[in-house]
Amino acid sequence: MLNNQAEFKNKIGTGLTTRRVIAGKIAEIVFFMCAAISILTTIGIVFSLLSQAMYFFFDVSLWEFLTGTRWAPILKPQSYGVLPLVTGTLLVSGIAALFAIPIGLATAVFLSEYAPDRVRKVMKPFLEVLAGIPTVVYGYFALTFVTPKLQILFPDLIIFNALSAGIVMGLMIIPMVSSLSEDAMVSVSRSLREGAYALGATRSEVAWKVVVPAALSGIVSSFILAISRAIGETMLVTIAAGATPRMTLDPFQSIQTMTAFIVQLSLGETPHGSLEYNTIFAVGLLLFVMTLTMNLLGHLIVRKWQQKA
Amino acid sequence: MDKNIFKKEHYNQHLTRRYSIGKIYFTIFFSCLMVGIIGLLILLGQIFTQGVGMLTWTFISSYPSRHPDQAGILAALVGSVWLMGLTGILAVPFGIGTAIYLEEYASKNKFTQFIEINISNLAGVPSIVYGLLGLAVFVEWLNMGRTLIAGALTMALLVMPIVILASREAIRQVPISHREAAYALGATRWEVVKSIVLPSAIPGIMTGAILSMSRAVGEAAPVLAISALVYLTFVPTDPLDRFTVMPIQIYNWISRPQDEFRELAASGIILLLVVLLSMNSVAIYIRSKYQTKSEE
Repeated sequence: MLNNQAEFKNKIGTGLTTRRVIAGKIAEIVFFMCAAISILTTIGIVFSLLSQAMYFFFDVSLWEFLTGTRWAPILKPQSYGVLPLVTGTLLVSGIAALFAIPIGLATAVFLSEYAPDRVRKVMKPFLEVLAGIPTVVYGYFALTFVTPKLQILFPDLIIFNALSAGIVMGLMIIPMVSSLSEDAMVSVSRSLREGAYALGATRSEVAWKVVVPAALSGIVSSFILAISRAIGETMLVTIAAGATPRMTLDPFQSIQTMTAFIVQLSLGETPHGSLEYNTIFAVGLLLFVMTLTMNLLGHLIVRKWQQKA
Repeated sequence: MDKNIFKKEHYNQHLTRRYSIGKIYFTIFFSCLMVGIIGLLILLGQIFTQGVGMLTWTFISSYPSRHPDQAGILAALVGSVWLMGLTGILAVPFGIGTAIYLEEYASKNKFTQFIEINISNLAGVPSIVYGLLGLAVFVEWLNMGRTLIAGALTMALLVMPIVILASREAIRQVPISHREAAYALGATRWEVVKSIVLPSAIPGIMTGAILSMSRAVGEAAPVLAISALVYLTFVPTDPLDRFTVMPIQIYNWISRPQDEFRELAASGIILLLVVLLSMNSVAIYIRSKYQTKSEE
């Protein structure tokens, strides 16, 4: 950059003129305002969710919303118990986690402890592609490939079901678990590994008994962040898991998640100020609180661990 | 944990057995890696075999229709291009500005830490929640209506954390000695940013910008909240028009029961993946070109 100092000096002038000082001040203010947008965004999210949800809670009590077991916001008699949507969400995310956590962790161990550089360089872009595929595509895959294949195994399975959506969502969050866990494992200090090898440990013993325990907080946080991602995932469950709010933990049933409900009402143009309009904000608020709690927890665990290291 | 290493069972000497256990573990780990990769290949194969038949010029140049053989993706394709462009214009400058502030200006205090935590949390907010933000703030409160610009503003907020993260990474790569040399010549902070930091960081920033725009192209949920499921037989010509995007058109086709529409959905997905893949290839190309250059 500085191959010609004289030229550079020419460019910036010699004296510290008022104009240069003012330009610097203006630039600083502009950059600060850019950074402030991120705070405004958070305030905007909280404010818009709260203000619309407030109108909802004028009509429906918070207690009824949080503890009711029947969700029927459109069909009469209406009922606004959100628990069926919550169990639906947790059911699909739970299946995804059961699938993605062991596979993602094992993938991370392989990439960090076993794979030679060459193999890692070939494999990682594949996982990145997996992470970059739009979620409608996963929905299509669940509906037109995984569900028919599962129906061969379980002939009673209906078309829209939590199992298929959960499995495909697991595939979707594998890269998230594996790349965050791998980062944690790679940063485990080399001397720990070498100490274990010097004591005669085999490679798998080093991986399981030294590296994984040492990277545990990073690994756990990757699980939490991946599950939070699964909870907030929208199009996949809208397409493949159905639109039947049902209080069940049976994966063969059709269910509805919180996100799928928001989409269902958004398909038509919900008039501003109607109870339906306010309902999606109440559900959105609950969704936001759930994912925010998990994300904060995930980041907190990493932060604590970084301080220790 | 350090003490555990010295426990007897950790270094017992049944070596043959321990090595065969190690082999089993290797097989398990490797097959788990293959689950993800084979899953990806099956997914791509399924979509390709389903969709390639309908992927014709008629498909790209026609509006949606009740008759599958006449239906096309034109309105959504143009809508996606508009949304991508507007999102880039809105998100990239502000994302770069934030990154410059955090890397070059901000002092390490509680407030800066708050901004950083805030940004990483924003990156984890579900996209549908951004849709609700856009619906309440841009569509209703600022009275923009269900227009392209409302969608682009929402999408810009959604992808901003990606731009910020990539730009910070790129800015951090600029050697500190370059900055110090400029300061020593009497440059002000802004001049250092403008003539030293930004020119070297531009390739990395570009990569982030492209990745953020490809994220915007693939998102359906926030656009659904803002634009709803509209049936459009025109292409948007200015930011105040109604619009639809490719993922929503694909969703629309998936949700119909007839097989022909499912095939149309697959064709749409192929087109969408081609767009995303070419964007990502450009990003990777810029990154690799830049890396070899800096190694020289």
